[in-house]
Amino acid sequence: MSDAASATPAEVLEQTWRDPPGLWGWLSAVNHKTIAARFIYVTFGFFVAGGILALMMRLQLARPDSRLIGPDLYNQLFTMHGTTMMFLFAVPVMQAVAIWLLPLMLGTRTVAFPRMNAFAFWIFLFGGVMLFAAFLIGAGPDAGWFAYVPLANADYSPGKRIDIWGQMITFTETAALMEAIVIIVTIFKMRAPGMTLDRMPLFAWAMLVTSFIVLFAMPAVMLASTALITDRLVDTHFYDPELGGDALLWQHLFWFFGHPEVYLIFIPPLGVISAIIATFSRRPMVGYRAMVLALIATGFLSFGLWVHHMFATNLPELGKAFFTAASLMIAIPTAVQIFCWIATLWTGRLHLRTPLLFILAFFVILLAGGLTGLMLASVSLDTQLHDTYFVVAHLHYVLLGGAVFPMFGAFYYWYPKFTGRMMSERLGKWQFWLFFIGFNVTFFPMHILGLEGMPRRVYTYPDGMGWNAINLVATMGAFMIAASVLLFIVNAWRSRRRGAPAGADPWGGGTLEWRAASPPPAANFDVLPVVHGRYPLWQPAALPDRVAGIDPALREVLLTSVTAAEPDHRMLMPSPSPWPFVTALATTVLFVGSIFTPWAVVWASLPVAITATFWFWPRHSESRIRHEREVRPEVRS
Amino acid sequence: MPATLLSCCTAAGAVSPRVQQSAVQPAGVQAETIFGLWNVTLALCTAVFAAIVLALLVALWRAHRARQAAAGSSTLAPDLAPLHHPERRVHRAILWATVVATVGLFMLLVADMWTARALARLPMKEALRIELTGHQYWWEVRYTDEGFSTANELHLPVGRPVVVTLKSRDVIHTLWVPNLAGKRDMIPGRTATISLRADRPGVYRAQCAEFCGLQHALMALPVTAVAPAQYEHWARARKAAAPEPATDSRRHGRDVFVRAACVACHTIAGTMASGTLGPDLTHLASRPTLAAGMLPNDRANLQAWIVDPHRFKLGANMPPNPLPARDMHALLDYLESLE
Repeated sequence: MSDAASATPAEVLEQTWRDPPGLWGWLSAVNHKTIAARFIYVTFGFFVAGGILALMMRLQLARPDSRLIGPDLYNQLFTMHGTTMMFLFAVPVMQAVAIWLLPLMLGTRTVAFPRMNAFAFWIFLFGGVMLFAAFLIGAGPDAGWFAYVPLANADYSPGKRIDIWGQMITFTETAALMEAIVIIVTIFKMRAPGMTLDRMPLFAWAMLVTSFIVLFAMPAVMLASTALITDRLVDTHFYDPELGGDALLWQHLFWFFGHPEVYLIFIPPLGVISAIIATFSRRPMVGYRAMVLALIATGFLSFGLWVHHMFATNLPELGKAFFTAASLMIAIPTAVQIFCWIATLWTGRLHLRTPLLFILAFFVILLAGGLTGLMLASVSLDTQLHDTYFVVAHLHYVLLGGAVFPMFGAFYYWYPKFTGRMMSERLGKWQFWLFFIGFNVTFFPMHILGLEGMPRRVYTYPDGMGWNAINLVATMGAFMIAASVLLFIVNAWRSRRRGAPAGADPWGGGTLEWRAASPPPAANFDVLPVVHGRYPLWQPAALPDRVAGIDPALREVLLTSVTAAEPDHRMLMPSPSPWPFVTALATTVLFVGSIFTPWAVVWASLPVAITATFWFWPRHSESRIRHEREVRPEVRS
Repeated sequence: MPATLLSCCTAAGAVSPRVQQSAVQPAGVQAETIFGLWNVTLALCTAVFAAIVLALLVALWRAHRARQAAAGSSTLAPDLAPLHHPERRVHRAILWATVVATVGLFMLLVADMWTARALARLPMKEALRIELTGHQYWWEVRYTDEGFSTANELHLPVGRPVVVTLKSRDVIHTLWVPNLAGKRDMIPGRTATISLRADRPGVYRAQCAEFCGLQHALMALPVTAVAPAQYEHWARARKAAAPEPATDSRRHGRDVFVRAACVACHTIAGTMASGTLGPDLTHLASRPTLAAGMLPNDRANLQAWIVDPHRFKLGANMPPNPLPARDMHALLDYLESLE
């Protein structure tokens, strides 16, 4: 860096941390904001694609005995819709937002393991694209996103459809696992000095709990789908009852992942909600510690209720009673959080802006979804409600209410930070009402449909069942939702150029991300902050402290101790590199090849090993700097 | 959760004559018990929903007023007092709300356990035993005590308990007769039982509830509950072998049946046909529907089904049977005589 002497420290920092220019540089990017922005665009793209699949299903179901879409395409549609929304949207979008936001919120320059972060994004992208490519050439999976065996085994689902599904699920979930590790380490080791665990933003707590759930739940589904693939490809018998296997094993493994999955979709928004409510009520959250304990309790309990998806499978009654009790118990931490939010609103001074509207809608909708969840947790009621449209209604109340409403709130809330400009409030309110009404028009009547006996996953139904009107209404509601999402895209697109300039802190927020410029520079902060409370920006007197001893000309970050956030080490972060991208390509070849022959696992591991070797090849210049700078940084005031 | 809206809809449904496949119009003791629990749960949940939404609305109104009161000063300045003074009253309120919520959940749990016990205690004296096997996409039915088989229909005597043994020959299916009882899976490699009792005569529709493949949507099962005497009459007729064909045409039809591929899959008691891959056809003509509740059982539908089943049910295991016109008519004559 020859011109470092004449440049200001801010310019030097920008030089040091920005991604290199050009196509090669584009593929080499490791900056957490670059990777996370791509991640958000891609997951939102999958959200729109999943929504289009849903619209096609609703068109088919608008009338009885409809011949618009045959059974084959319909079964692919609902399988792809579930798979897309669960695996390619709900979990990754929250991880993507966290990857973008957490370093800013925690007061650091990047995430832990930035190259692994880039690698995770690429394999997620390739896995998702492969799944949709298969669907578009007519090889979309058709055994449901839950892929129950024996229907999903080679006898009843011949061809490659389920193989592609199983391998791509394992593949994309690898990305989720890596992102979980990135997030956990970032939260534990990279917080600004002074940000003890007790002062950490609730969003970071929520992401921490979520990431641990990912770490323990995702391997179950990866194991399940890998056992399915080996049953199909190399003739093992994990799930074949005639040869000593068990069809129920699949359901246990799948739901051991599947139920925590709901919570790992629903916990990050709890953090988003706490951030938005505190800002727009103009006061700190009530019951911070109760919220944290509730988050952790939810995380633990989420592993104890998977059997309530299997109440119809003739398991022992006593066991089912246990799972009913556990399922009811998880309502307690959720109730605590709802009470804390209401108390915050109750004692605050409210500014009713678009982000808060989405959060208020979340209350009503998640509450309804949670209460129908209590109904499904009861063994007796569940035997009537299971696998009907009542469940379809319930799960959309929980997932859209619990994740999509807060996610829109989050987009409106952090958009000014992301782009430097405000989104239109007028369009935002239009979008909100269209979405809120459309959502209820679509899904509320489905409760009745389920009680009136309509099973789910049917591509058609006969006339004269009393289901026609409700289905027609639901289809119209679905188009309102589509119009609302379209309005959001228009708003986001227009506001990038035409929105009012936002400044660093347009909402008057109290957490650290509002201290960085909007949009944040490559290094996030010119001066690394030191934290003295839960809402550092609301305590300006404490801000002058700063971290000394971090070289702006090097990719250095400050590591702090796990609980007390005392300065611990300085660490040289890896520089941009194309090798994560190339390794991701090689890994994709391995996974795609393994769909066609198990030998691909053997021969395609060679390119993976070679590319990974290039990725990890030590650079002498870097290791020398590492060796020379083993000095603890310090905090000065 | 507007309970009124729900009860409106179900009341409207009860007036208009339509197919009965509803969990909120119980016609049997099991469904009745579950419906009772449903009403209790719905009432409790509606109360909770109303209470929390009310608290939210009050919070919004209060917070809005507080802001207007503070409008004179800077509206953006956050209120940091709570960071320095513990908010005991607010915390106590949250604690009490949590206690109330926990008690409410405990009440739900008790109600649920009580219902589960009531469901398990259906008196089983002189129960009728039926073995039901799921296939892609039809139902095989064996009345084990009485020793006859049928397919795609259940006949039950009103007031007598029934124990249905559930099996599957291929993938997972689920028996669900919402008006009579909750559902239970039919899992290959396992056997389960479900007990139920129809208390009101009528025809109740059942439908497979677990996704079982291409034509999961078209796997229905009419369940007919009739007075015990009527049931005995029906069962006696089922026990008889198929009637000997009385006319030349019917005799020719039987020959067609035996010579063509039909025998490989279907059984007609009293003939050489004893295949087990497809439905038992011994008393085909007496059934209300064809193809698992899909088509009304009449001559035109039967012919169309035999010629090309995949026109109605793509993915069904039955192959198309293009027969010469004379053979087809004879076959239809014969099948229509199988009362």
